[in-house]
Amino acid sequence: MGNNPEIKHSSYHWSKPIINFLKRLVKEKPLGLAGGLIVLAMLLGGIFAESLAPYGFNEIHLADRLKPPSSIYLLGTDNLGRDVLSRIIFGARISMIVGLGASAIATAVAAIIGIVSGFLGGKFDIFIQRIVDAWLAFPAMILLLTGMALLGNGITQITLVLGLAVGIGGSRLVRSRVLVMREFVYIQAGKAIGASTSRVVFRHILPNVMPIIIIFFTVSIAGMILGEAALSFLGFGVPPPQPSWGGMLSQEGRANMLMAPWLSLWPGLALSVVVYGVNMFGDAVRDILDPRLRGGVGRYSNVKKKVKIKSSK
Amino acid sequence: MSAYIIRRLLLIIPTLFLVSILVFISIRLVPGSVIDLMVAQHGGGGDISSISSVEISPEGIKAALGLDVPFYVQYGRWIKEIIIHGNLGSSLWTQTTVTQELSRRVPITFELALMAFIIAQLLALPIGIISAVRQDSLVDYTTRSVAIVGLSVPNFWLATLVMVYPSVWWGWSPSMVYIPFSQDPLGNLGLMILPALILGTSMAGSMMRYMRTMMLDVLKEDYIRTAWSKGLKERLVVFRHALRNALIPVVTLLVGQFTVLIGGSVIIEQIFNLPGMGRLLLDTLVKRDYLMVSGLNITYATVGILLIILTDLSYAYLDPRIRYR
Repeated sequence: MGNNPEIKHSSYHWSKPIINFLKRLVKEKPLGLAGGLIVLAMLLGGIFAESLAPYGFNEIHLADRLKPPSSIYLLGTDNLGRDVLSRIIFGARISMIVGLGASAIATAVAAIIGIVSGFLGGKFDIFIQRIVDAWLAFPAMILLLTGMALLGNGITQITLVLGLAVGIGGSRLVRSRVLVMREFVYIQAGKAIGASTSRVVFRHILPNVMPIIIIFFTVSIAGMILGEAALSFLGFGVPPPQPSWGGMLSQEGRANMLMAPWLSLWPGLALSVVVYGVNMFGDAVRDILDPRLRGGVGRYSNVKKKVKIKSSK
Repeated sequence: MSAYIIRRLLLIIPTLFLVSILVFISIRLVPGSVIDLMVAQHGGGGDISSISSVEISPEGIKAALGLDVPFYVQYGRWIKEIIIHGNLGSSLWTQTTVTQELSRRVPITFELALMAFIIAQLLALPIGIISAVRQDSLVDYTTRSVAIVGLSVPNFWLATLVMVYPSVWWGWSPSMVYIPFSQDPLGNLGLMILPALILGTSMAGSMMRYMRTMMLDVLKEDYIRTAWSKGLKERLVVFRHALRNALIPVVTLLVGQFTVLIGGSVIIEQIFNLPGMGRLLLDTLVKRDYLMVSGLNITYATVGILLIILTDLSYAYLDPRIRYR
């Protein structure tokens, strides 16, 4: 018992990979860092919306309807005299909840279906894959719209619908990785010494698909935020008076576009900046976690240079 | 190859079967309160444009949705109608059938998607190739940044801005009246070009990045080094040796992109008031016309499956290794 591997593990602290990741982010990925800061700003804005926003998101000032941006209302007001800046800050909270929540659901769904289907294989796998095929046959927007029409509008519903729709498709990614891993020697060896299925799955498979799962989570957030905005824009998402950026664009923005063009400017800008940040951050996470994308040797430009030097000699 | 095609085509059957079950379940999930709502709205009489084939009562609507008999009978009936009569159901509100509506609307969505597709590829493929061949150059950085911005700006915002600002600044706004292609081809194209541009450019970003990645992957290969050391000109190396191989995964993705465009057209059709499939879906969803919705969903999914099959076949055609799996 003296040489228990668990004891050896104790020198390995869970925060190490995170610190490593942050170091590389700062050193190698300036755009990713910028994206991370935008994401951080959105998270803080969403969490502390009450104290940051100058007004409530549904605080109506009937005397100040459709006021252009001024020192009192920094981004102007909408047709009910609500402060646009406050609504955008509260909108960050909705984007945050739906983006993170739906991605978490999607990741869990993708991981469970992918690991179970890939690891068990056989008839079960074939059956599950046909269902996934059928699911993927629908254009995503159609699935989302139909799902929302059946469940009704609301933040919980939209998080669930987005999470399920994306997660079932994403299970393919996890499954293909598990299929490759199933043949690895250490998995076979684990089985051979009599490790239980759950031990193989949790101790060997799961840690090794973790990078893919984390990448899937970060990369899907941007799509979720855009999906929520698109559905709310079409009136199938977060119902008014909740300040969803997509809903603000279509309801207040398009209805008053000649009187108050700024109403269709700010929510879209907020959306674009946040999605840009999430995209950049997600890309950086992927590049750092996936060693194949680190570049270096074997780049085309390097090869070309070398060949050119050789041929000029 | 023909064995592969047959095998792949046979796989349509189980997939379509499961699709039909998914659509079928979604009709059954219609909450009961919705049926009451439909009765109430019918009773209000505001929206009945022609005589409805359905008796206006909870039972009547349930019967029309096929919810009044046991589960398996419902499914059997519904699928029999589709297979034998090609009848995808008809509207609960009007007499029109799904097939009638679709024959009017599919061409519009298809035209929009096709135009957007062409615009996206014309932008994405050449830029992606240049960006890969001149990796880390100014051109590469610029186009990549633009592509990332393009990925982040939602197309419905872009479309909204196109509606709003020109009319604020110059009093000009895109026409909201649809002109059929058969009446006035040029007028129709002029009307469609703006929505197609917005839909197309929003897709070009991701496509360009994909083309660039695939090209970079291939450019790392040994046979490219061989081609260089044989003393071939860059044009030959890039187009004959690299591009041909890089295009295989890109072409297969292209077909899948078409599905995305068909889905994406929903929101663009809504903004530009184009009477395509997407508008129909939104209208019927708002009106809770679930028979129409399920008919539309089956159609969307069938198109989706055909595109997936087309992807697989194009892959097998372009890359012989796939066929022998």
